[in-house]
Amino acid sequence: MSNKINSEKGMGFVIGASSVGTLIEWYDFYIFGMLATIISKQFFPEDSGTSALLSTLAIFAAGFIVRPFGALVFGRLGDLIGRKYTFLLTLILMGGSTFAIGLVPGFKTIGWAAPILVLVLRLVQGLALGGEYGGAATYVAEHAPAHRRGYWTSWIQTTATLGLFLALGIIILIRQGQGVEKFSSEWGGWRYPFWISLLLVIVSIIIRMRMSESPMFAKVKAEGKTSVNPLKESFGHRANFKMVLLALFGAVMGQGVIWYTGQFYAQSFIENICKVNFVESRNILLVAILFATPFFVVFGALSDKIGRKWIMLLGMLFGILAYRPIYKSFLEWTNPANKRDMVDVSKTTKSDPLATVDAKDKKKITVAIKYDSVYTDGAIYSFTKVDTLHTISDYTGHTASIGYIIANKDNPNQLDTVLAKAKAATGVVLSEGTSYVQVEKKSAKPGVVTEKTLDSSTYWKFILLVFIQIIFVTMVYGPMAAFLVELFPTKIRYTSMSLPYHIGNGVFGGLVPFLGTLIVEFTKTADKPAGDPLAGLWYPIGIAALCLIIGTIYLSNKIDRNVMD
Amino acid sequence: MNALKRFLGIIWVLLSPAIVGFLAWQASDKISHASEATKSNVTLQWVIILIIFIPICIGLLIFGFYSLKGYYDHLPTSSSEITDY
Repeated sequence: MSNKINSEKGMGFVIGASSVGTLIEWYDFYIFGMLATIISKQFFPEDSGTSALLSTLAIFAAGFIVRPFGALVFGRLGDLIGRKYTFLLTLILMGGSTFAIGLVPGFKTIGWAAPILVLVLRLVQGLALGGEYGGAATYVAEHAPAHRRGYWTSWIQTTATLGLFLALGIIILIRQGQGVEKFSSEWGGWRYPFWISLLLVIVSIIIRMRMSESPMFAKVKAEGKTSVNPLKESFGHRANFKMVLLALFGAVMGQGVIWYTGQFYAQSFIENICKVNFVESRNILLVAILFATPFFVVFGALSDKIGRKWIMLLGMLFGILAYRPIYKSFLEWTNPANKRDMVDVSKTTKSDPLATVDAKDKKKITVAIKYDSVYTDGAIYSFTKVDTLHTISDYTGHTASIGYIIANKDNPNQLDTVLAKAKAATGVVLSEGTSYVQVEKKSAKPGVVTEKTLDSSTYWKFILLVFIQIIFVTMVYGPMAAFLVELFPTKIRYTSMSLPYHIGNGVFGGLVPFLGTLIVEFTKTADKPAGDPLAGLWYPIGIAALCLIIGTIYLSNKIDRNVMD
Repeated sequence: MNALKRFLGIIWVLLSPAIVGFLAWQASDKISHASEATKSNVTLQWVIILIIFIPICIGLLIFGFYSLKGYYDHLPTSSSEITDY
């Protein structure tokens, strides 16, 4: 290895060039998941919200499931033709498919071609990502000096988290700049993050073109010792295959679930179960990521001194022990019943009633009223109360306002006239004025908390708990690249390390939100319709516990200094 | 430690079909209890889960078999131990 590469400056370029590309690939991959709800509305039939969301989740899962195949395809290429050109190819595929998703017209315009195109492009994304990480980690590790391999490769590990940070930041900025309605429209701001990707990828390609081949791979190639059939040598021979299995079950499987629980399940839980508002739930994650990211490098460097194994396994153990108390705290801190501060009555606001006529039953009109209860500590809990009016005859009006008379709830002898703003059906233009309806029966439901804005103290406590979870992530993930690189020989390293990495992260990790939600569904009963919101944690806890046992007993903590062989 | 590794090999070998059996039972239960409106989605979810986890469980079975046979008693310290077939 040349002195130039061994110098800090040379390594800085290697790290920078590798990391920027990997970061962009993660960014590309995440924006799809983060915009899943909007994507489902844009690319699937409007009248089936649930099936649209499930379809998107299926596409999302497909994105993860296809990653191991990408690992095989590009891992093989990387071991045959070299690291540099392979991860250049993955970058082009990822950037191209991401940009193209931003160009696909919605279901309204091109029908079923829209979801099919999106599915195909999403599969290409997953395939490309499957080839990227192994290449970047191998490339950096093969440049790094033996005594600092953990430190240098940990920079690559930061890219997944920074990619998430970049994706979140860009989406929030555009959404706040445009407003929710415009952002979510067919050609609205949600497409911009996909288009921005093209610019980022072009810059990254230019940088990567300047890189030279990995010195170790170049040496193996010059000596004519490259693998003829990397797939067969990686998985067809017991001596190497047993290490692939050990890497998966003893390390990467646990790392995957710890990672996805800390960074994805946490945000989904805070937003969907705790009902913390869209921007605040994302800001919590952004701030936690910002403070926790340097710890990838801290634990990577530490692993050069004390070994990789125990740092990774301790991260898993902490996750196993802490998840349930952490998520229980999330629930308790956002439970209105636990709020000690009185509602500031002077600041509680009530929205104008909004009336929606049922599309099928014209005698049924729902009236929603949103209440914002401001607590003295600054927290705002929004309740939505929905009343259903059953009218005597079908409603056929097209006016901006619907009026009705009901008995006063405090004094039934007194009648109140209510004017509700009418919600226009798609394609209907409402005229000025009020149409009155005669109400036969009114059924009221108790108010449901739809959105919460946390008080400052709770907000920072949330950040702290998410930060702690990301610290667990940095422990298991920081030393991971060096650990994997040291397990396998140069000539089949790309293939051998990519597959367990992407099964562990793509399958075990990627399915944490999906399986977590599914397990919560299983706990729903007639007596307990909401189920046990903490039940979803049993999946990551169980997988991490299994991995911890296997890792503790089977893995070695010895650092393989010589990866030149 | 090697004796423990070999003993645990039996656990992994048994755990693997147990996981597949549990998943298959859950799949059958959930699909049969799904309403007509959600049946196709529930079926799709479980087919995906089974397709993903069956090969992984086969991997766990092989891992257990290798443990049982003592192939993890010694971990390679050099690549020559891996590449010299």
